[in-house]
Amino acid sequence: MIETNNQYFELFLEESTEHLQAVNDHLLKLEEQPGNIEIVGEIFRSAHTLKGMSATMGYTDIADLTHHMENVLDLIRNKKLSVTTAVVDLIFESVESLEGMVDSIRNGGDGKRDVSSLVRMLEQMGKGEAIEAIDLTSSVQAETIETSDYEKTVISHAIEQGFETYQISVKLDDDCALKIVRVFMVFEALEILGDIIKSVPAVESLENEEFDTQFQVLLISKANKEEIENNILQVSEVKEVTIVTYNVDQSVHNGYQGTEKNDVETNVSPEQSSKSSNSSNPAASKTIRVNIERIDQLMNLFEELIIDRGRLEDISSTLMNSELSETVEKMVRVSSDLQTLILEMRMVPVEQVFNRFPRMVRGLAKDLEKQISLEIMGAETELDRTVIDEIGDPLVHLIRNSLDHGIEKPEVRKEKGKDPEGKVILKAFHSGNHVFIEIEDDGGGINRDIVLKKAIQNGIVQPENADKLTDDQVYQLIFASGFSTAEQISDISGRGVGLDVVKTKIESLGGAIFIESQLGRGTRFSIQLPLTLSILSAMLVKVEEETYAIPLSSILETATVKKEDVMKAHGQEVIDFRGKVVPLVLLQEILQVPKNYVGEVDHYSIVVVKKGDKMTALAVNSFIGQKEIVLKSLGNYLKNVYAISGATILGNGNIALILDTNDLVK
Amino acid sequence: MNPLKVIVFQINAEEYAINVNHVYSIEKVQAITRVPGVSAFIKGVVNLRGVVIPVIDLKERFGLGSTLSDDQTRLLIVSWNDLELALVVEAANDVIDIQEDNIEPTPDTVGEIHEGFLQGIVKLENRLFTMLHLEKVLNIMDKHEISHT
Repeated sequence: MIETNNQYFELFLEESTEHLQAVNDHLLKLEEQPGNIEIVGEIFRSAHTLKGMSATMGYTDIADLTHHMENVLDLIRNKKLSVTTAVVDLIFESVESLEGMVDSIRNGGDGKRDVSSLVRMLEQMGKGEAIEAIDLTSSVQAETIETSDYEKTVISHAIEQGFETYQISVKLDDDCALKIVRVFMVFEALEILGDIIKSVPAVESLENEEFDTQFQVLLISKANKEEIENNILQVSEVKEVTIVTYNVDQSVHNGYQGTEKNDVETNVSPEQSSKSSNSSNPAASKTIRVNIERIDQLMNLFEELIIDRGRLEDISSTLMNSELSETVEKMVRVSSDLQTLILEMRMVPVEQVFNRFPRMVRGLAKDLEKQISLEIMGAETELDRTVIDEIGDPLVHLIRNSLDHGIEKPEVRKEKGKDPEGKVILKAFHSGNHVFIEIEDDGGGINRDIVLKKAIQNGIVQPENADKLTDDQVYQLIFASGFSTAEQISDISGRGVGLDVVKTKIESLGGAIFIESQLGRGTRFSIQLPLTLSILSAMLVKVEEETYAIPLSSILETATVKKEDVMKAHGQEVIDFRGKVVPLVLLQEILQVPKNYVGEVDHYSIVVVKKGDKMTALAVNSFIGQKEIVLKSLGNYLKNVYAISGATILGNGNIALILDTNDLVK
Repeated sequence: MNPLKVIVFQINAEEYAINVNHVYSIEKVQAITRVPGVSAFIKGVVNLRGVVIPVIDLKERFGLGSTLSDDQTRLLIVSWNDLELALVVEAANDVIDIQEDNIEPTPDTVGEIHEGFLQGIVKLENRLFTMLHLEKVLNIMDKHEISHT
């Protein structure tokens, strides 16, 4: 089936992912505006499409689950069920399960999963019955019984006199023969303990057996839940009893079978996803779907073209034929345009990655019992697909870190005079040839002393050096491996793995990460990423007989200095560069290039490179010129070669190594 | 009784062989770009139809001194678990069929090369050659290189 329907299969995967994402986004919105039936309609449509597609493709579990989800949504749409946190939670849970199944299909699995417990909960939700917290970790709320004003007054009077009101759901065995008898027995059992003020369905309907297997009653009683439950369970053929405290104001607390952590969700105000980007609906433009593999192939072919273009440029410059060089120049221009186009094709909005965060923050805030709002800015910022694929995990780490270690508990925040609701801002923007992604929280900030203490404890820093470190250097310590400042190890983060992995990952993408922090005010992580990874502008230089490429993005300037102008400071050769003392590194020495030229030179050609605000001058033998080069990895076998970030193939087919100037700047 | 195709090549004037399945192609030696700061037996990288591949001198890897390049010298392009490498050998000219039970255990007296690299000895009429255990050769090199950098 998968083989024969390959084309549909791809389409199915793509579209189901899109629809699930749409459901996700709309759910978050719905939670903010529970009364907005239009949103429910959107969710319903996505779920419906998904059901149709999965049924056609033969993924019955997906179809089954979406079908039941649809039923619940339909009830909401027709105002038969109100939007409660429990409903939203359950649908979220279902969506998560659906995502799992779609993922499994994508990875070659059969997309099967046991959805029976979710289906059962959805069914119960659909019937308006209080549901048990089976798999849910958060407490669930029951669909509440509507009461008239008179009944409300009765209840409030009863409460004043120290009575409790319970909403009791009783489910009889499916094959119960004389339901009416059992109902009377249950009523009798309850009336020993208190007064039944209402039943759903009404008593008349119950007498005529006009109900399925379950019914609900409101009971005013001084007894506790256990007593009531025991009394009911003494009646035979009773399958299930659920008891919740009923409140006049219609909010049911204290899910009897729920967890202790009730009402956490009311503290959380999940933030609407990507405020800025969602508000504008871009005008529809014509698009076609293209398989990503094809674009990758196009890119690979284009890279080969770039290499040949380099070869042509070499040839035309040696032949000095004006017609040839004109044609080659034209070709260079056209291929540059082509390059821009192909690169743009590979650009995808960072939204793809950001999309999953609102839900993650919502869930984590709940687990951590914190109030956190997430604001997303610049989700439309575009990045190369390869970067997008890789940046997700580091961002998850950083956001978890901000939530767990950054934002304080609401009580602590109140004490400090801050808004009890913490704020995390996730922001992406372009700047020059880079894209920046910032994660900012208004939490406690990084405590220099605690970080230092920890670093000394873990042997990352020697005590005698501690005072000399700048704040920035101290902050960088949290990226050292085996470092964690959390007082207690929590589930969310704090195992001391993570941040070092984040840094390595970002650097492997050719990016950098910076930290700014103010104690008590908050922390900002800035990630700087290159716009594209595979083609870069570089300066080609000769070191003796070898050719090296230096990425243009790290070059400040090229110059020549006289040998007599080179000074020595602390045993290190330095030069005076525009009033600054800059260390001089002889590439020939540091790269152990065999020396061919024996004569004495009276000057150095230097390339001044920067890393942050630090500079270093690299001495080379000569400059060849600027070229667009295609970055190739040295492969798995040659990992972490000092000062080399990769290789490129030159016009003549030879390989030139690309210098990693980060290693060379001291 | 499984038939086996092997490629026979020379290191230090002796004959060795590896399973042909691991060999992607045999190339003449071309311009090798030196990579600084790696072990001496890694000669550098070559451009093989647009792919950058590390070059390993097997003779030097086995501690027998480095291979002197001449017109017989070849690069054996091998791949193993995503790892593509070019092995420098003195000559590679034969592909022959052997039976699996032609491979006999390595006698203790072979001595010159780390025994772990060897899979066994093959005797065919008047020829004698050593089967290399490619996986171990690569793995040991792999570990070595990682600890080195």
